[in-house]
Amino acid sequence: MADHDHTEPPSDTALRVKALESLLLEKGLVEADTLDAIIQLYEHNVGPQNGAKVVARAWSDPDYKARLLADATPAIAELGYGGVQGEDMVVVENTSDVHNLLVCTLCSCYPWPVLGLPPVWYKAAPYRARAVSEPRAVLKEFGVEIREGVEVRVWDSTAELRYMVLPERPAGTEGLGEDELAALVTRDSMIGVALVEST
Amino acid sequence: MVEKAQLTATPSLPIGEDGPLFAEPWQAQAFAMTVRLSAEGHFTWPEWVKYLSVEIAADKDKVSDNNLETYYNQWLAALEKLVTDKGLASSGEMSGRKDEWRRAYLNTPHGKPIHLSAAESKPD
Repeated sequence: MADHDHTEPPSDTALRVKALESLLLEKGLVEADTLDAIIQLYEHNVGPQNGAKVVARAWSDPDYKARLLADATPAIAELGYGGVQGEDMVVVENTSDVHNLLVCTLCSCYPWPVLGLPPVWYKAAPYRARAVSEPRAVLKEFGVEIREGVEVRVWDSTAELRYMVLPERPAGTEGLGEDELAALVTRDSMIGVALVEST
Repeated sequence: MVEKAQLTATPSLPIGEDGPLFAEPWQAQAFAMTVRLSAEGHFTWPEWVKYLSVEIAADKDKVSDNNLETYYNQWLAALEKLVTDKGLASSGEMSGRKDEWRRAYLNTPHGKPIHLSAAESKPD
C-alpha cells in the first residue's frame, strides 16, 4: 500500500480513548461540546492564580481569614471558586511555629478549583512516599530550610478532603494591595514546598 | 538531619518541571470524560479516586516513571474499569470499537478526515 492510501493509526492508547469517547457520545453519556469546555476550562481558567487570590484576601482581611480557616469551602466560594475536587476544602496556616506540607499518598487528590491540576512531581511515587517519610529532606530539595523547633505537619489529601496551605505573609509587604500580594503567591507555596518571598 | 548519601539513595524528585497539563490530546480527553461522567452522577468522585488509587498502587514498582504518560495510562485503565463496572460500556464494546477505529484509519487516505464508517469499506 502506498503511503498516501491510508492514515497511520495513532497509538493503541489513543485508540482506546477514541473508542471509549465515541461509545460514550453515542450512548448520550457525554457531549462533545462539554468535553471540550472542560479541557478549555482547566487549560486556561483554573489554576494557582485562583488560590493566590484567596491567600491575598486572607492576608488583607482578618475576618475573611477567620472564615477561611474555620470553614474553607464557603470562604473560597465567596471568591467564585468551587467544583470538582473542591467540595470539602481545609486551609492550613503556616506560622512561625508550624510549616504545612500537602501530599496525596494514594494517588493525586489536589484542590483543583484553587490550584488547577497538580504538577507531575506531586503525582509521582517519590514525592508521594517521601513527603510523609522524610518531609524535611523533601523540603530541603525544594530549597526550603525549616528551622529547628518549627513543626512540619504533613496533610494527606483524600477523595473527601483536600487541603491548601495558607503561606506566611512575607515581611516588607505591609503597603501592598491584594493584587500585588496575589502576584507574590506561587503554586508551590500553597502546596507547602516553597515560601512566599517579597521579591 | 539527612545525609547526602541518603538523599541520593532515595528516588529523586522531578522538581522545577512545569510542563503542560496534558502531553497529548488523549490525556485531556480521558480527563474530561472522567470529570463529566462524575458530574452527571454516573459515579461519585470518591469511587473514581478508589479506582485510580488501585491502578497507581499496582504500578508502584515503577518509581522512576513520573511522567504524564504513566499517570494518564493509569488514569485510562481506571476509567475503563469503572465504566465497565458501572455498566456504561462493556470491555467487548471498547475493544471492538478500538479495532474499528484502527481499520478506519487504515482505510482512509492520508489527509482526509477519519470517519468510523470507513472501518467497513474504503471511503469514496
